Amino acid sequence: MKKLFASLALGLSLCLCTAAFAQTAPAAPAKTEAKAEAVPATAPAAAPAAAPAAAEATAAPVLVPNKGDTAWMMVSTVLVIMMVVPGLALFYGGLVRSKNMLSVLMQVMVTFSLITVLWFIYGYSLAFTEGNAYIGGLDRLFMKGIWDNAAGTFANAATFSKGVVIPEVTFAGFQATFAGITCALIVGAFAERIKFSAVLLFMTLWFTFSYLPIAHMVWFWMGPDAYTAKEVVDEMNNKAGMIWQWGMLDFAGGTVVHINAAVAGLVGAFMVGKRVGYGREAMTPHSLTLTMVGASLLWVGWFGFNAGSALEANGFAALAFVNTLLATAAAVLAWCVGEALMRGKASMLGAASGAVAGLVAITPAAGNVGIGGALVIGVVAGFACLWGVNGLKKMLGADDSLDVFGVHGVGGIVGALLTGVFNSPSLGGPGFVADWVTAGMVTAADFSVAAQVWTQAKAVLVTIVWSGVVSLVSFKLVDLTVGLRVTEEEEREGLDISAHGETAYHG
Amino acid sequence: MKLVTAIIKPFKLDEVREALSGIGVQGITVTEVKGFGRQKGHTELYRGAEYVVDFLPKVKIEAAVADDQVERVIEAIEVGARTGKIGDGKIFVYDLEQVVRIRTGETGAQAL
Repeated sequence: MKKLFASLALGLSLCLCTAAFAQTAPAAPAKTEAKAEAVPATAPAAAPAAAPAAAEATAAPVLVPNKGDTAWMMVSTVLVIMMVVPGLALFYGGLVRSKNMLSVLMQVMVTFSLITVLWFIYGYSLAFTEGNAYIGGLDRLFMKGIWDNAAGTFANAATFSKGVVIPEVTFAGFQATFAGITCALIVGAFAERIKFSAVLLFMTLWFTFSYLPIAHMVWFWMGPDAYTAKEVVDEMNNKAGMIWQWGMLDFAGGTVVHINAAVAGLVGAFMVGKRVGYGREAMTPHSLTLTMVGASLLWVGWFGFNAGSALEANGFAALAFVNTLLATAAAVLAWCVGEALMRGKASMLGAASGAVAGLVAITPAAGNVGIGGALVIGVVAGFACLWGVNGLKKMLGADDSLDVFGVHGVGGIVGALLTGVFNSPSLGGPGFVADWVTAGMVTAADFSVAAQVWTQAKAVLVTIVWSGVVSLVSFKLVDLTVGLRVTEEEEREGLDISAHGETAYHG
Repeated sequence: MKLVTAIIKPFKLDEVREALSGIGVQGITVTEVKGFGRQKGHTELYRGAEYVVDFLPKVKIEAAVADDQVERVIEAIEVGARTGKIGDGKIFVYDLEQVVRIRTGETGAQAL
């Protein structure tokens, strides 16, 4: 009887959701909604904002999406999806014992699916519409207003160039994959012992109260087309997210994605507790071959993640692309050298981890630093994250099974801070836009590395604290309701059988 | 009748099999096993976690032979499996009480 009732409730809520989606938006005026992204940095992560209504911009021409940019954004979105499924899934999966392979694949794939659905229901609206400095509003609940059936027009999202737009739904789709991968990253920290239902419940809470606010604070702004004259600059700035207003540079999500997820993972590793037999029993990766496949898919897909965050197929996308290639390669080498010095041998797992470390660190920096800066960031990240999974891990004392904090936390922090250094025009960086009315860049003389690094550090600290607190509360709630861990017998048997009734490999 | 069991290094299997065919042993059973004696294992390192692996891969050969063949079988295995280095393995001989050929139902020496 309880199951019947639950099924009916679920079916009804699905119907309501579909009905809401099907609602046509009230006749959208021919306004071009410019969704702008990120901070004054040349091209920080995308955070489109709804442009002021056409009523205000009486002289505004009707903007049409740029085909090249739109095509690039769709390709980038596909690349990021590939990063999660199967990239991240295989990367993580190969690292666990074979009895838990399917559970990791499940947690990644289903988390991604869950977050994607929530994104299109309320996530996009709360992250990327006008609200306050911390969170957006409900203008785009169920994606309403995204197209006007009667007029046959789609709403537009701003890029970083005046007069250039892409369809808003394309932007929303791109950002959906970011939300999804951020949440999927977290599962590595408590792999092999967490309850499946706990994962899904935690993700729903954390996505809503940590990912959405931080994405809004770092990336939301009114778009370049809103900055029509000097008189409106302050007004437009005040509508942007808090961290954006500080001038923090985060091209593709060093804070929003990596530090955010890493802290959640670390808190989870502490609260879920260590695996049974940790420290005594062998818990070797069952397939480093698959881990390497996963890491390679991550690297390839990351070109969509970073270069796509330029929102256009332009010079900054090209810069982000090349930086993503170089920093990663440098980090692979650095990790290999570090490991060879430490233990006498460079390992496959080390090279794969080095690649991910470099990718994480270049994420906030991709379109914000020059090529030389990317090289340095890659090398530093390789060594820093090697320490993160060795020395730091021992210091922290948690069983962060797949080193989520060691790689994404340390890498994200290193990358975010070094972005402040190498954005400097004196150090080969592109600098940032100092005046959005004229799109004028900051001069070398006016750029202060100390000031920018301090801005970056403030954003890093806010992210760590915000994510930490939300994670703590969320895990506690989940523990009190469905419980965090499986029983010891289920853990020994393996989550594949106990949670999913399947085996990954037979014989 | 005796069951001759030998633990040998995996890459020596072909040589041992040929040596046994050479003296007329018509069937053997082979299992992949792991074990250690005096041969040391190795250390594996995964990020910061170090694992000492004592067990080494070995191959176990079992052959049921007639009493008068045992000496020749032991010699054939020794010659085939020997490298002269630690870890070459050991041979065990067990008393075999009964043998049955499933297809025909033959028992005893006729079933060997």
